[in-house]
Amino acid sequence: MMRLSETQRMLAHKTAPLRSFSGLVRRLNVDGPLLGGLLLICAFGLFVLYSAAGENSRLLINQAVRLGIALVAMLVVAQLPPDFLRRWTPWAYVGGLVLLILVLTKGDVGQGARRWLDIGVRFQPSEAMKLAVPMMTAWFLHDRQIPPKLGHLVVIAVLIAIPTVLIAKQPDLGTSLLIAASGIIVIILAGISFKLIFGLGALCVPGALVLWNFMQDYQKQRVLTLFNPDTDPLGAGYNIIQSKIAIGSGGLFGKGWTNGSQAHLEFLPERHTDFIFAVLGEEFGLFGVLVLLVLYMFVIGRGLYIAVEAHDTFSRLLAGSISLTFLVYVFVNTAMVTGLIPVVGVPLPLVSFGGTSMVTLMAGFGILMSIHSHRKLLPH
Amino acid sequence: MSLLSPIKDHHAERRLFIGRAILASVVSIFLLGLVIARLVQLQVFDHELFAKKSQGNRVRIEAVPPIRGLVFDRKGRVIAENLPAYQLELIPEQVADLDDTLRRLAAINLINVDDIPRFTALSQSGQQFKPITLKFRLTDEEIANFAIQRPRFAGVDFQPRLVRHYPHGALFAHAAGYVGALNTNDVKRLDPARYAGTSHTGKTGVENSFEDKLHGDAGFRHLITNARGRQVPANTSELLESLPTDERPAPGANLHLTLDIDVQRVAFNALEGRRGAVVALDPTTGEILALVSTPSFDPNLFAVGMSTSQYSELRDSPDRPLFNRAVLGTYPPGSTIKPMLSLAALETGATNLTRKSICIGYFQLEGDDHRYRDWKPEGHGPVDLHDAIAQSCDVYFYEISGDLGIDNMHEYLTRFGLGSQTGIDVLGERPGLVPSREWKRNNFRDRDNKRWYHGETVIASIGQGFMLATPLQLASAAGTLAMRGARYRPHLVAAIEDPLSGQRELIEPEWLGDVAIANEFYWDNVLGAMHDVMQGPRGTARAVGSGAPYQMAGKSGTAQVISIAQDEEYDEDELEERLRDHALFISYAPFEDPRIAVAVIVENGSSGSGVAAPIAKAVMDEYLGYGDDATQ
Repeated sequence: MMRLSETQRMLAHKTAPLRSFSGLVRRLNVDGPLLGGLLLICAFGLFVLYSAAGENSRLLINQAVRLGIALVAMLVVAQLPPDFLRRWTPWAYVGGLVLLILVLTKGDVGQGARRWLDIGVRFQPSEAMKLAVPMMTAWFLHDRQIPPKLGHLVVIAVLIAIPTVLIAKQPDLGTSLLIAASGIIVIILAGISFKLIFGLGALCVPGALVLWNFMQDYQKQRVLTLFNPDTDPLGAGYNIIQSKIAIGSGGLFGKGWTNGSQAHLEFLPERHTDFIFAVLGEEFGLFGVLVLLVLYMFVIGRGLYIAVEAHDTFSRLLAGSISLTFLVYVFVNTAMVTGLIPVVGVPLPLVSFGGTSMVTLMAGFGILMSIHSHRKLLPH
Repeated sequence: MSLLSPIKDHHAERRLFIGRAILASVVSIFLLGLVIARLVQLQVFDHELFAKKSQGNRVRIEAVPPIRGLVFDRKGRVIAENLPAYQLELIPEQVADLDDTLRRLAAINLINVDDIPRFTALSQSGQQFKPITLKFRLTDEEIANFAIQRPRFAGVDFQPRLVRHYPHGALFAHAAGYVGALNTNDVKRLDPARYAGTSHTGKTGVENSFEDKLHGDAGFRHLITNARGRQVPANTSELLESLPTDERPAPGANLHLTLDIDVQRVAFNALEGRRGAVVALDPTTGEILALVSTPSFDPNLFAVGMSTSQYSELRDSPDRPLFNRAVLGTYPPGSTIKPMLSLAALETGATNLTRKSICIGYFQLEGDDHRYRDWKPEGHGPVDLHDAIAQSCDVYFYEISGDLGIDNMHEYLTRFGLGSQTGIDVLGERPGLVPSREWKRNNFRDRDNKRWYHGETVIASIGQGFMLATPLQLASAAGTLAMRGARYRPHLVAAIEDPLSGQRELIEPEWLGDVAIANEFYWDNVLGAMHDVMQGPRGTARAVGSGAPYQMAGKSGTAQVISIAQDEEYDEDELEERLRDHALFISYAPFEDPRIAVAVIVENGSSGSGVAAPIAKAVMDEYLGYGDDATQ
């Protein structure tokens, strides 16, 4: 069935001449609106990054190259039909777990954590798990009753918990929480009862206490600093204070591109990575920030639309999870930079300088595109 | 269980999912709305507050050090000034290989190899963009030499700075003192606001005691900087306009000293580098005309900075050039106290003007065979008080010491200012010591030593034993004698001048009271005897006094460094130089109208009248206008 549909599709494309851009887009299994939104975000991001990195064009080119690689990854993934992805999901998940264990035993240490694995290229296996965990959860629920039964939920909980704990031990608390969230989002979208959601929510309280004991000192410090950054203005609270000054001093329309004193006079730490949102706020003001947030909302909205339109359980749950995890990234980063939540090392997606996470994100959007473009040809 | 999987109801499942997707959208909008609300709070409502804070982040206040006040002599000639000098500076962050750079600088003799570890530590400790000083003053030759080689030394350059300069070098090293680089103790002690930007502070002498006046107040200017304190170019004019105004530093006050460069130089030269001190003052005011301690050193070494080996050489020299003998050196005053004790003896009735002693060269207490020797082994023969002073007969004073008693000695010498600080306006003078029964009781532990012995009174009568005085105290006492008891606080600073307005605050002479002697006739006799020391037929210093074109009064003294065993002959030639007696001399002139009082001590000089008196006379000659141009 799978082979047949693919052949059909390819034949159809071969016969149809490339008359328009949309024809090309369709042929590449790309979703036009989603790609448009993503490209706008990336372009805006490069613009901000140029200023945030001290008008360093080398760094800008570096980021553009990474973006290009990420877009290629997205295109490649978009060509993989959802059924193919689903079949390979358990292998990807198990492979990811093996890599995570390898990281813990043989990984490279950087900045006090063991996160990288060097097999020809240096990469973080936890990045792969960002997609593998929601895929695995969706795979598990694909053939099962929706909403899931309690027994199934226990199995899913274990599937989520194993990589979460492994990543938390690196230690990389931020990523492990995001990965757990991407799995939990799948369960919620699968329709578990609200009683259970709130029940589990209530369990979070003792869970948080256990988590507190697992936290490293620097993580505890981040939480404490959030509640009162002024207690340690030159230490742990410095980032939050300076980023609030940057954003607040931007006002409605900002100080203008490359004119942000907080960023350019080096008051703002991590300004081209995790705190780039503050540079945006300082230089483009509330207006510029809203533009970016609207673009993000559009991308998330389009992702949810694709999820609703999807034709099978796996696709639906996966598309929903990818879209909403993207929202979690956006929210966690912006809320952290504006001082709403503790500082966790989560970059602003598609805007912060950095490589691996961008490829993962774009690969995720490639899955969305694949789900959307392959849907009509699936028999019902 | 999966085997029993029921047939999935895709439509129901999709409906359920759409419900959840709508819920997720609502949650998404709520979360992003939360962020937006926060942004509105920060960027709209609190905008002004944060705008102000970001402005404050860009401006750093930098201190501008004040210009240190100048020091002049009594005729307005410069003793301490500030000269622009080029100093060699290194900016750590601009130096690729620090060790290599320092080694190459040492190779062309710009720095000392010994100092490389110190500079390495210095450049690694501070902020990397802040320059460290390698050498404080470059000679023209060094500047020229370095200028051609500069391309080889990235990060090293010479910079103009104001450096304290003492044009007379060693001449005023002890009187005016010197400035030196701030050390950790100074930093703790000094007001950080006033000393922001200051590199040196007064360490000794006037430079130290009047630091408060000389230093001035730091000003400040505003710099636009980044978070690491690095100055950035002010490219936004809007920012420059909004800067608070800078405050100019307030320069330190100029000091006009009572010292006279010419008198100081004569005293300095007359000491010929021997270990000794000269203090000359105006007895009518207490103004110090010369304050010399030799051997001396070049105070510029401290202002400019010297190598560790140079410093240890100064510090460890057995001649102790860093030691200010004039106010810190305490010596047995010897016979120089005899005029004061004579007044005390006359006033208390321990002797009278007609009483005579037969001096046979030594004195013995009853029931004790210890011989208290006279300096003249064959004795002076029959002497009255006048002779005893003029010829410095010890036996006369030994004999009356019993009637006078240690407590009266203590009482009168104290009235002349011995045994306590003179109150000079430089810090750290020693009080010396005038012993008494009470002092002995309080300062000795075991019972035998707590007692005052009669023999101790005997040697105290010729200024030996426990008694100690500084040259400054002796000069002050000589002035008091000259003034027939009127005492003035010795001081070095005559006026403090505001360098901007030129206004001077004059330091008035401070009268400290009179040494009251009821009978004016006693003064005539004692001072007359001092006159005859210099100009009488048998005066001890007649060789010096007879050549003077003016009348002068004086008293020589010789202080034992070691005690001579009984029956042992004192043979000057055979004694080690450092074991010889100290030579002392106090004097004033002109006799009828005293204008200058001088105290001289030459350590191990052997003879007060032979070695110390000519120095005093040279100083007086210069001050009274009979100076020999050759002494220049």
